[in-house]
Amino acid sequence: MSREMYIDPHAHMISRTTDDYEAMAAAGVVAVIEPAFWVGQPRTFVGTYVDYLSSIVGWERFRAGQFGIRHYCTIGLNSKEANNEELAEGVMEWLPRFALKEGVVAIGEIGYDEQTPLEDRYFRAQIALAVELDLPVMVHTPHRDKKRGTSRSMDVCEEMGIDPSKVVIDHNNEETVAEVLQRGFWAGFSIYPSTKMGNRRMVELLKLYGGERIIVDSACDWGISDSLGVPKTARLALESGIAEETVRAVCYGNALAAYGQSGQIAEADWLDPPAIDQRTLFEGNSVLRGGREPVIEAPGAARRGKLEIE
Amino acid sequence: MTTAIGLLGDWVLARAGAERGWVEASLAELAAGAPERALHIFLGLAPRRLGKGDLALDAAALAAAEAARPGWRPGGWSLDGAARVLGLLSFRGSRPFAETFKDLRRTADVAEMIALYRGLPLYPGPEALDFEVGEGLRSNLRPVFEAIAHDNPWPRDHFDQHRWNHMVLKALFVDSPLAPIIGLDERANPELARILIDYAEERWAAGRPVTPELWRPVKPFAALPEIRAGLERARASGHMEELPA
Repeated sequence: MSREMYIDPHAHMISRTTDDYEAMAAAGVVAVIEPAFWVGQPRTFVGTYVDYLSSIVGWERFRAGQFGIRHYCTIGLNSKEANNEELAEGVMEWLPRFALKEGVVAIGEIGYDEQTPLEDRYFRAQIALAVELDLPVMVHTPHRDKKRGTSRSMDVCEEMGIDPSKVVIDHNNEETVAEVLQRGFWAGFSIYPSTKMGNRRMVELLKLYGGERIIVDSACDWGISDSLGVPKTARLALESGIAEETVRAVCYGNALAAYGQSGQIAEADWLDPPAIDQRTLFEGNSVLRGGREPVIEAPGAARRGKLEIE
Repeated sequence: MTTAIGLLGDWVLARAGAERGWVEASLAELAAGAPERALHIFLGLAPRRLGKGDLALDAAALAAAEAARPGWRPGGWSLDGAARVLGLLSFRGSRPFAETFKDLRRTADVAEMIALYRGLPLYPGPEALDFEVGEGLRSNLRPVFEAIAHDNPWPRDHFDQHRWNHMVLKALFVDSPLAPIIGLDERANPELARILIDYAEERWAAGRPVTPELWRPVKPFAALPEIRAGLERARASGHMEELPA
């Protein structure tokens, strides 16, 4: 059997440790997409937001490369901080500068939190920016009043004239998926304990809907979450009898197709990296180079079992 | 003799293929007082339009670079990086160069940051860039540090002794080779030799090796009593076979 490769198309790596990167690489994750989002508490200066965006296009990309993982990001003003109008106006001025940086695969994650007028205003403004720059969009659907918020997010996308094939509607569940797929959008599922999806439920959805336009991610961040959400879901799905090509589509191929529309992510980035990148940015994935079978091991497991620290 | 900007223009245009017209039109626009947004867009589009291949300069081109700006070694430059430096040099903005540079550096991705710092020897008003260069040296991104430290005459020409010494020491810390540092021999000094001996002894105490390159800036001062004593200790502890003359 060929070695599995996975993409985690929603992972806030800025909040994760090197143990996570090591475990993800060992489990076969070759690429991650880091959406710009809030960081667990509100930013109160435009400058801190700008430095955050600079971190995810620069430092985090470099850090991931040291573990053989390719790092991409999305740029945007999230729905929570859109409610701080002064901050939002300032951030909006900087966004076009960041949207064309290397490895920026979409505008996102944008959308609704409490579905306020300010959230609506900046959601629309950012879709307009995506249309102008011909970039895909990653939509964060709200946790509360989710079903209506999801429908409304798609209404706005249609009104703003962006093609549904360029929009990933993320954080879906059993209640939202049918409409998202029916309207032609990509449907993301975040395998995130307690609040979003569990992977057993995900497997049931794959049985029901197949793999077309469905994308699995971990959404791992600063909360209790699992950076191995994608490889673990893939394994559970295979063990549950889901077809290999379906698993490959939802844990790798579909994310590549959706975000590949940016022109900023391609399989060659990790299978055949340019020489200049190999010298500067990317150490090469040992799973790909060494031919080892991916192993799913809890982050830090190897370290915890070892008494000596050299 | 062709100027540095002239050489960059020749190299980029010769490799631009179907994008030649776009490069020429953009540079003309930037030179004619276009708003800074036009510069941002040019820098953003450079790798998308031109690709990220090596510039792959031949010996004649490298000699021309040396003649245009002594110590300028663009041998490892990429096409998009060269185009970005060319765009920045062509730009005639309303603000002083250093302010534009600072703003670009704040929002740069890794490849942009490498290009911006590699271009240092070609920029006007070097004294105004001092802080920005310090920020690059402090970077945790090794290729950004190396864009300043390696194959770049700027540190030799503009660093004071303190910053020079810490650049060499940081290179050792991050496993970056010393040989590509321009001015490594010219700028050697007794204080650096002392720092390097201390560093070697710290490494040995931890059971870690040091690169033999470390001795190059030390050897010229082997006769000074403090350095001599350090070298004697290195030999006594079995870390050095033969004392330098």
